[in-house]
Amino acid sequence: MLIQIKNLIKTYQRHDGAINAIDNLSLDIPKGSFVTITGVSGSGKTTLLLILGGLLRPTSGKMVYNGNVLNLHNEDQLASFRSNHVGFVMQSFALIPYLTAAENIMIALNVKNSDRAKNRIRAIELLEWVGLHDRTSHYPKELSAGQQQRVAIARALANDPDLLLADEPTGNLDPGLSEEILGILKEINQNHKTTVVMVTHSPMAAEYGSIKIKLENGKLHDQQTHVNIE
Amino acid sequence: MRLTDLTLKELWHRKSQLVSGLLAITLGIGVIVGIRTISVVSEKAVAVNLDNLGANILVLPQAVSVDNYYTADIDAPTFPESYVEKVVTSTLSGVDNMSPKLTRRTKVGNENIVLTGILPKSEIASKPLWQKGGLKGKVNASCAPKPGAQPAKYLDAKLQRKGIENLAGYDCFIGSAVANRLKVKENGTLTIQNKTFTIVKILPETGTVDDDRVFANLHTVQALLGTGEQISAIEIMGCCSAINDGLLSKLRNILPDTRITTIGQIVSTQIENNRLMNKISLIFLIIILFVGSISIGNYIWANVNERRKEIGILRMIGYHKRHVYYILVLKAVIMGLVGGIAGFIVGTFSAIWLGPQFAGIEVSPIYLLLLYSVAISIIISIIGSVIPAYMAGKIEPFSNMQED
Repeated sequence: MLIQIKNLIKTYQRHDGAINAIDNLSLDIPKGSFVTITGVSGSGKTTLLLILGGLLRPTSGKMVYNGNVLNLHNEDQLASFRSNHVGFVMQSFALIPYLTAAENIMIALNVKNSDRAKNRIRAIELLEWVGLHDRTSHYPKELSAGQQQRVAIARALANDPDLLLADEPTGNLDPGLSEEILGILKEINQNHKTTVVMVTHSPMAAEYGSIKIKLENGKLHDQQTHVNIE
Repeated sequence: MRLTDLTLKELWHRKSQLVSGLLAITLGIGVIVGIRTISVVSEKAVAVNLDNLGANILVLPQAVSVDNYYTADIDAPTFPESYVEKVVTSTLSGVDNMSPKLTRRTKVGNENIVLTGILPKSEIASKPLWQKGGLKGKVNASCAPKPGAQPAKYLDAKLQRKGIENLAGYDCFIGSAVANRLKVKENGTLTIQNKTFTIVKILPETGTVDDDRVFANLHTVQALLGTGEQISAIEIMGCCSAINDGLLSKLRNILPDTRITTIGQIVSTQIENNRLMNKISLIFLIIILFVGSISIGNYIWANVNERRKEIGILRMIGYHKRHVYYILVLKAVIMGLVGGIAGFIVGTFSAIWLGPQFAGIEVSPIYLLLLYSVAISIIISIIGSVIPAYMAGKIEPFSNMQED
């Protein structure tokens, strides 16, 4: 099992009182699975994704990643965890506007290895893999939405993560491009054996998951497992 | 792509903001450099003036009035010649040469003249006590020209007499106006109060009261006037640097019942201006430390807020807080470097342009100030960036994400 979540609670303090975004959630995510998380807005999808990526600490409960209790990690350890094990793909692409496509990937590679020449070669390889070999020197504003998302996917793969977290990766794309991106994520999951956890509103996108989770008010409302991976 | 590259690319990406962010620090450093450049050049000009003027301190009896530096000793009350010894036997440094004088108005025939008794260098050198006091040593220690340098020349003709080496008992030097009125020539004679003096030299015209003076040996004049070992003034050549360092007040402590004045009237305005400029540059330095830091801090803080998403992305992909600090402090250092260089250029060109117009001096760049400008500017920038960098470290790694 890659991730085990037990009795997870995440509480946000708001002016009108405390709200449990995640409410006593327990969940297991096997290695190599493709997990889709659906639910209405405010159901806790993104909060769960943030906790899975070590971006947010739960209020209580336990999250175990590959046998390591992430709750016990300090900020620097969580940062190292993210750079070593997790790749992120965001709805808004999360690219740095003044860096080229290749540089956006190189800045992620630089966290682990500061060899500029090697990083450039690796960045270009990744861009070729996502079909952007002729866009290496383009800035994000010079790329289409689909191309920007492919750069973001290439960056997410830069450090060979075990876990790819995608937050509404097709939210800003038209249906054609959405399928293209989902296809890439599926390929990453199947060919690289990377565990993918994707938050989505789209029923079509949710169908890509081998495990489909539906959240409601921070609780597990429904879970369907289509393929037994481990 | 390293963090340094990222910082440089970000600076270039937002270069118009960089210019506005650098404005305060560039202008501040420019003002300091401009003032310092003019004041340093002006101080050097004062030093040259004082050196050229030679004897630049006059010790007079307490009661005398000083309307004119060159006539203050005429008919002045007297004080003991031993005061010279008090100075030379003190630990005072910065005294180049001393010349005790006794001056009185008298007549040669029907013509009024000013008779001044002076002590030639040979007599000063022959006084064992004075030598023991180390007058020459002090000269060498504090005022001597650098090895290989040419000895100072008296540019002002009226000061040439201060370099008189020998003056026998009944020899005299006379001013050009007296020589004309008395119709005498060199190697001729002059009778003063029934004593005959040989005219060793007729001094060139100076346009001052010295043209009406007859210079004779101090001890002969003392005997002639019956004053005993009294003098009416001591001329002192003080090193310009020593004068700036408070030589006058030290002399006043040694000779409390005298009045000590300086030829500095001629350069006093310039000295005062220099002091004022030094004070102003210090005040500006303090102001720029505050304003510059706040300005840079404000700029970096605005930059941090504008880059919250970027910082969030960097944190998300695994950069630590210390990397965020590094990016922002490096940016501040680069801004400080650019601001310091720009400030130096602005200040130096302003000084070169304004110096001749307002201070009447030709100004040339002082390249050492570039070092100080850059150092101060970088320090200011780092100070200004500390709080914004700390706050940037608190930006959550999910800041770029949309909450459910």
